[in-house]
Amino acid sequence: MVSLFRRELTPVQIVKRAREDRFMAREIISGVFTDFFELHGDRYAGDDKSVIGGLANLNGEPVTVIVIDKGSDINDKLAKRNGSPEPYGYRKAIRLMKQAAKFGRPIITFINTPGAFPGKTAEDQGQGEAIAQSILESLKLPVPMIAIVYGEGGSGGALALATADQVWMFQNSTYSVLSPEGFASILWKDAKRHDEAAAVMGLTPNDLLDNHVIEYIIPESRSHSRVFSLIRAKLTEEIQTLANMPTDKLIAQRRARFRKF
Amino acid sequence: MDLFNKPNAKLPKIKKDAHVDAQIPDGLFLACPYCGAQLYSKQLGEHRVCPTCGYGFRLQAYERVHLMTTAFEEWDADLTLETTDFPGYAEKLSRAKSQTKLKESVLTGQAVIENETVALGIMDSYFMMGSLGTVTGEKITRLFEKATTQQLPVILFTASGGARMQEGINSLMQMAKVSAAVAAHQEAGLPYFVVLTDPTTGGVTASFAMQGDVTLAEPHALVGFAGKRVIEQTIHEKVPKDFQRAETVLENGFIDAVVQRKELPKVLAQLVKFHQPQGGR
Repeated sequence: MVSLFRRELTPVQIVKRAREDRFMAREIISGVFTDFFELHGDRYAGDDKSVIGGLANLNGEPVTVIVIDKGSDINDKLAKRNGSPEPYGYRKAIRLMKQAAKFGRPIITFINTPGAFPGKTAEDQGQGEAIAQSILESLKLPVPMIAIVYGEGGSGGALALATADQVWMFQNSTYSVLSPEGFASILWKDAKRHDEAAAVMGLTPNDLLDNHVIEYIIPESRSHSRVFSLIRAKLTEEIQTLANMPTDKLIAQRRARFRKF
Repeated sequence: MDLFNKPNAKLPKIKKDAHVDAQIPDGLFLACPYCGAQLYSKQLGEHRVCPTCGYGFRLQAYERVHLMTTAFEEWDADLTLETTDFPGYAEKLSRAKSQTKLKESVLTGQAVIENETVALGIMDSYFMMGSLGTVTGEKITRLFEKATTQQLPVILFTASGGARMQEGINSLMQMAKVSAAVAAHQEAGLPYFVVLTDPTTGGVTASFAMQGDVTLAEPHALVGFAGKRVIEQTIHEKVPKDFQRAETVLENGFIDAVVQRKELPKVLAQLVKFHQPQGGR
């Protein structure tokens, strides 16, 4: 549906593509925005490298950008746990969201994560609480928020930054309750049936658009700059509309977006 | 030949029977899932608590109603919604229904706890492991909405294995839906008390179980986000015995108090009284 000349990929193919490093955080940030200034740390526990956040201009207007990044080389990937944030990563995001709210800046999140990191320290530091509060705080924000899944949108770890006014997805990305491997292992006690799981989970952008989980699919192109200028134009337009709404209506509409499920 | 060095035969793991009717059969011995003490079922008493370690055995929702409240009027008892036609899901649901006499994994309503009127939700781990389905999420959302309209505090007993896989992304969306209702309830200045019971994990932990004004837990309740097996596979080491247990989570700063089951009605009523608007109602 996205491109007339492109063959539709199967869910299994999309899962595979979504996991390839097609777009990297820094590339998206510099491609869509200008003057990015990175802000670090959650002010309590540390700075999670898998969550990149900061200030930037979108067509000359200041915005807050928060990106979950999987990392580019092996060391970067290790440091970022392949895009699985720790609790202090989500708390950094919460801090930046609240800061954006204070200064009336729209928030744009970019998501590429297999899920929140399942580690002992993560649990001890309240992984569940961090996600829960990120969801709750986003639902209270008096500023526009748009979330874009650009690779994997895995489970609660993705939802933490996706309780937004609008959720968009790149054409070759996925958004699901769990990875196909986890899904197959829980339901069928056999993680090897992941392809079968991918087929029935409804995790492709088209499926999710049909179910009103997302609002828009970003067509991909070999020319990344074309993708970025499209995102820039679309963001500018939608944020304009959202910013013109009275705050209470904006919040009510964001909550209503989830009320229908 | 190792006549004298017999390899240690692994002791069979004590599995809890998922079949509810067989859960605590009368006149049988059973083992405490936490401390392993061999107990005669009657030793557990009315509250079903291990006399050795204080662990509260998993309760069915109606058992908890009976133990915690003096009056209970159910809300949205017959709520049904269109859900996915995932293969095998309908059968699984109807089996859970017949096993538990519940219609979903949560029971909601208005209750009186030691003379305090509250909006009460009780999740039931015997119903598809307390998983967060669309109807579960809808009932909890309505609980908060109705509590907001009627100016009632909310008390929620959580018990869940996490998302309901069969419902896919809709299960994930319930986390956001309930959170939105929690936000509105908060903004109305009303208190929300969570009681974490064994087990509270996954998407429920990552949403409304961790959004309360006061968070209580029953002794030794398992409280966490990711499952132990997944964590051990990820970090390639065993986690300690008390990992993700209420006392550990308390020590880590995410629970206000661990409360014995039989003390809960008193403690909850007291918390409700603390949060009454000045001048009384």
